[in-house]
Amino acid sequence: MNLRSGGPVVPVIRSLGRLWLVAVTIAIWEIVTRTAEQPFFPPPSAILARMHELWFSGPASHLLLTDQALSDFGPSLARLFGGWLAAAVLGVLAGIAIGCSPRLSDYLDPLIDLGRAVPPPLLVPFFLALLKLGTPAQLATIVFGVIWPILLNTVDGTRGVDRQHLETARIFGFSASQRLWQVILPAAMPKIFAGLRLALSLALILLVIAEIFGGSGGIGYQLLWAQRSYLFPDMWGCLVMLGLLGYLLNSAFLLLERRVLAWHRGARQTN
Amino acid sequence: MLKITDLVHSYGSHRVLDGVSLSVAEGELVSVVGPSGCGKSTLLRSIAGLVRPSGGSILLGGRPIDRIPDNLAIVFQDYSRSLFPWMTAMSNVALPLRRRGLDRRRSREAAMAALDQVGLADAGGKYPWEMSGGMQQRVSIARALAYRPALLLMDEPFGSVDAQTREDLEDLVLRVCAHQGMTILLITHDIDESVYVGDRVIVLTRSPARVAADLEVGLGGSRDQIATRQLDEFVRLRAEVGRLVRGGSTTATTVLEQH
Repeated sequence: MNLRSGGPVVPVIRSLGRLWLVAVTIAIWEIVTRTAEQPFFPPPSAILARMHELWFSGPASHLLLTDQALSDFGPSLARLFGGWLAAAVLGVLAGIAIGCSPRLSDYLDPLIDLGRAVPPPLLVPFFLALLKLGTPAQLATIVFGVIWPILLNTVDGTRGVDRQHLETARIFGFSASQRLWQVILPAAMPKIFAGLRLALSLALILLVIAEIFGGSGGIGYQLLWAQRSYLFPDMWGCLVMLGLLGYLLNSAFLLLERRVLAWHRGARQTN
Repeated sequence: MLKITDLVHSYGSHRVLDGVSLSVAEGELVSVVGPSGCGKSTLLRSIAGLVRPSGGSILLGGRPIDRIPDNLAIVFQDYSRSLFPWMTAMSNVALPLRRRGLDRRRSREAAMAALDQVGLADAGGKYPWEMSGGMQQRVSIARALAYRPALLLMDEPFGSVDAQTREDLEDLVLRVCAHQGMTILLITHDIDESVYVGDRVIVLTRSPARVAADLEVGLGGSRDQIATRQLDEFVRLRAEVGRLVRGGSTTATTVLEQH
């Protein structure tokens, strides 16, 4: 069996084949909005034209991005990835510690259950009061909101490492760090990746919420500002952009997951 | 080499080992056979340092086992839970060698040599799940060989493969054992196998386990799947071990009674 079986070409063609429904949906959307002539619901062509004008009519040296695009998306993406990565590092480290130590997990389980039960958007005012308005509070919101699926999945994955794999490692004299890097982490990786992917989509939601409430700049702030200024094509442009962003992030993550967890897919197919 | 005296172990009030005494000499292949669930695995896990027995002593190379010995390797029955599926066969074999002070290049060379010994010279780049069960068990045998342990423990190593593969693997173990002068303690519930591969067969009683008999296998060094199994000595021993495993008594001449 080849790890790269299929290659990237076949899935692309296959997904293009499914895209006709998207085209039909957009066409219907166009017709309905043009007939209705409501200012709140601009047709997709107008939204696209506005998006192009706002963000994608820049010089080729900037990949066609305008200054506006850089100032709208740049800070947002930095917050999104910053928050997600920080949550990933904290969540995986804490998750492995808790997963490996029954005592630690006895102490921390009630706290974790309490923490993840709090709806993260409600914490925006709390972090705003606690931290400075702007990026620190926004980052804190994202980190606190998305760490739970990472943490819980890592704990679960770490606890689920096959006992015989651990015994094999001990008998063959693996050091503690070898056991962590070569046995526990790879074995827990499928679960960890599931958590990371969930966290990524959560991070986008929390980013927008955090920017709407405590923002100065960024795509969420832009969305709110456009809505308050009755710039409906701008507002719709932000919504479409967020949708696209979410889709792209998920696809990119799936590609990464497929590379890192090739062994897992192979092992599952044969067992 | 290995000396076990009056080993006792209980899980709670349930006694699994009831004063097991046995010894294995350097370069010997001793098979331990007993009915299912008689405590064979507990015995093996105590030797490996994975279980702390309730009583008795285990000396490996003259030293008591108080933690996992560093000169011991193991081949488990369930290769799929013992080989790491996220590593190639090569890495599975080579990784333990890094701890033995070999650098990257030399550990890969040693791993390559061991894979060659088990007939998998071309399969180093494969992942375990790309291989058949027999090939996977060869990889775990190669891992144990490359590790060059003072004592190799095998826990029902051929229990999960088909009959043909089983015979191949039995002969493979006999061959490398003779070649490397390896000391092996092999646990099995298969009566034929215990006689075929063993220099000695130790029969355990039904749980709680004691040593029912310690039988010398007078079949000489070289064995053959067809010819050896036809020898009178093989047939006699197999019948004797069979009776013992079923809990019967034995003819007094061949039994070294437990003290």
